[in-house]
Amino acid sequence: MNGATLSSERAARQKQLVSILAQLLPTRCILFRAEDTLAYECDALTAYRQVPLVVAIPETEAQVAAVLKACHALNVPIVARGAGTGLSGGALPHSMGVSLSLAKFNTILKVDPVARTAVVQCGVRNLAISEAAAPHGLYYAPDPSSQIACTIGGNVAENSGGVHCLKYGLTLHNVLRVRALTVDGEAIEFGSAALDTAGLDLMPLIVGSEGMLAVIIEVTVKLLPRPVLARCIMASFATVESAGAAVAAVIAAGIIPAGLELMDKRMTAAAEDFVHAGYDLDAAAILLCESDGTAEEVEEEIQRAIDVLNANGATRIEISRDEKQRLKFWSGRKNAFPASGRMSPDYMCMDSTIPRKRLAEMLRAIEAMEGKYALRCVNVFHAGDGNLHPLILFDANDPEELRRCELFGAEILEASINLGGTVTGEHGVGVEKLNSMCVQFSAAERAQMMAVKSAFDPAGLLNPGKVIPSLQRCAEYGKMHVHRGMLQFPDLPRF
Amino acid sequence: MDAKGHALQRLIDRVMEARHSKSALDIRGGGTKCFYGNAPRGDVLDVRELSGITSYEPTELVVTALAGTPLAELEAALADRGQCLPFEPPRFGAAGTVGGMVAAGLAGPARASVGPLRDFVLGVSMLNGMGETLTFGGQVMKNVAGYDVSRLVAGSMGILGILCELSLKVMPVLPASRTLCFDFDEAAALKQLNRWAGETLPVNASSWHQGQLFVRLAGAKAAVSCVQQRSGGREIEPHAAGSWWSDIRDHRHPFFAVTDTDLERGESLWRLSVPDTAPPISLPGEQFVEWGGAQRWLRSTAPALHIRSAAAEVGGHATLLRAADKSPGVFTTLTQPLMDIHKRLKQSFDPVGIFNPGRLYPEL
Repeated sequence: MNGATLSSERAARQKQLVSILAQLLPTRCILFRAEDTLAYECDALTAYRQVPLVVAIPETEAQVAAVLKACHALNVPIVARGAGTGLSGGALPHSMGVSLSLAKFNTILKVDPVARTAVVQCGVRNLAISEAAAPHGLYYAPDPSSQIACTIGGNVAENSGGVHCLKYGLTLHNVLRVRALTVDGEAIEFGSAALDTAGLDLMPLIVGSEGMLAVIIEVTVKLLPRPVLARCIMASFATVESAGAAVAAVIAAGIIPAGLELMDKRMTAAAEDFVHAGYDLDAAAILLCESDGTAEEVEEEIQRAIDVLNANGATRIEISRDEKQRLKFWSGRKNAFPASGRMSPDYMCMDSTIPRKRLAEMLRAIEAMEGKYALRCVNVFHAGDGNLHPLILFDANDPEELRRCELFGAEILEASINLGGTVTGEHGVGVEKLNSMCVQFSAAERAQMMAVKSAFDPAGLLNPGKVIPSLQRCAEYGKMHVHRGMLQFPDLPRF
Repeated sequence: MDAKGHALQRLIDRVMEARHSKSALDIRGGGTKCFYGNAPRGDVLDVRELSGITSYEPTELVVTALAGTPLAELEAALADRGQCLPFEPPRFGAAGTVGGMVAAGLAGPARASVGPLRDFVLGVSMLNGMGETLTFGGQVMKNVAGYDVSRLVAGSMGILGILCELSLKVMPVLPASRTLCFDFDEAAALKQLNRWAGETLPVNASSWHQGQLFVRLAGAKAAVSCVQQRSGGREIEPHAAGSWWSDIRDHRHPFFAVTDTDLERGESLWRLSVPDTAPPISLPGEQFVEWGGAQRWLRSTAPALHIRSAAAEVGGHATLLRAADKSPGVFTTLTQPLMDIHKRLKQSFDPVGIFNPGRLYPEL
């Protein structure tokens, strides 16, 4: 869809919007020609595309407020957008709406080493926060693998995780305060510089709200002292069952590693081929178990972890000697996606969470699905918190393969629910998982979620159509073709 | 239908009845926190029939319990497996329940280092004001499917619905713990706490009162003993240290003993939640500092307005815990946009307004 095929309704709306926004923003902040808005037609879930009517790129909070007020008065949907690295289509534009790019809000307002906090605008990149905090020996803990590109506003909207969640928590656990604008452009603050605020704790709603409750403008994050030392154990296992049992045993022993990741055999081979990290190619599964803290803590924890891994059938154990080797161990895991890209023309990344104890069961189930759908699947797991990312390999140019791939993905998600898990651990629902929400939640639960949205956004203009499927949609699910997407920019590290 | 099903059905019947007659329900577990928040009103709805641990898998770090389960029973089950609720929920009596703990949202000495209660809520089953049983969240660590209602109910004082079942994240008891005592005035103690927090020291809890700073270190054995050698301070014998922290947690420390006579002469107990870097707050009365400086308890006869503006000045808020007269409001007034959202949220969960009306704010 582009300028040439704009329906008359869209064209009229666009003309009206552009003329109103032109009174509120400098011309450089308004995009509406097809060649300009095309770049905003999707986020990293490229299977879903929609060119927005207008893209507004405000430069001040007052301008954002003015745009919101104007859209509110005209009943125009608003889709806020950070770096566009989201994986579930949360930033997919609305055909009759304004995409609100917050890219220009990229200033780190304050790093306070005594309070161990940073106040940053929403468009600041995740990694930039840690870089700014580094001179003080501090860092921002959540590290989604797209951290070189993704913004803190997007992280808050998605409650992003990373490989260190088990010990350091998700975005929710590392945010103190969020300044936002309501749908009608009023400033509002959630949380504060204190540890709690009066009234209901709305932070868990705002964090993970996928742009549907308010427009996030500014965030105060917690900074942690950078651990003095980190060391990583690489352990091999002869079966996925023994690897799964070892994960449970580590936790049962009272160890909370900084990271606990699992790669299956095929993933290990692909990663080794890509980065030459020295992975054990004979192992059925490899565990990466990291400990960080003071030198004394790390030494004690590493020894305890080795004992547990050995007692649970590790066939080979290697401990990183130095920082260089530790990063080498991680390089394959961090490059799991581009490595998979070399094995297949396309891959579809899934994201669900299951109880840790069902890990081996899940891998076996996926193995069976490989046969059923005649497609290969490689697996990486945030094993410590049960979050799995199966990558289904397929060729998007073959419609029949794409169809099988989508069915494969849907079956993985439903298997996750059946094993006591959830359809998304960290990528969000967006548009991608609307159908799965029909499976995981009852009509009453979905209605209550919709009512929560309405409490923040009575007009229903903030990112409408995401996260909560309509009753009608759920009724039709099963009959309709299930769409699912592919990654854009496969070379960008993720997860 | 099993016992749980019957108990749930009875609760649903009560909700439908109250909804029909537009009458208030005072949701209650052990009733140990009736003093907290605005005065309860309405017909008492005892939820303790819904009791028992539904599932506990130590290797999953998750426990699921019915809301009426005594907190003591839950904590004993966790302790048997070397695990705990690391935020140290206060016990204001033996009868406290898991549901009451979550609804009140309070946490003890370790809160500043381990996070608030809400971070440990993974899932909830609840009844809303339409008598519908709703489940949000789940039993896994990472879950971003839909809005995180399970954490919204933490600290909601029961105004959104009846909590029926809760899944909580649990953690291993840390291998070693030591408590050290230092002589510091308040300003020096706060500075020292801020400095320690910026280092990789295993500071797990802190308290300052009358010139004495207590610090609990907890973590790996080697790390805890090493810090002790470095930082100096007098070591407190383990048993005494244990009582020290649990007495603060449960308000059994003499500082918290506000008698009826004290109340009659206008003294109140306040909780000031402020940025941990806030300097000593000058207010009439006596203060007790926790959470690395972020929580300051105050016994004072000063007017509420005075205390609230002092807290606001440093970026915090003040909650009135114990007072003869709670008419100044227990919780700090919200800004209008926040109150508007609160009202609409309340309306969405409980359209007729039957659940704990007024307990959090008179208008909710």
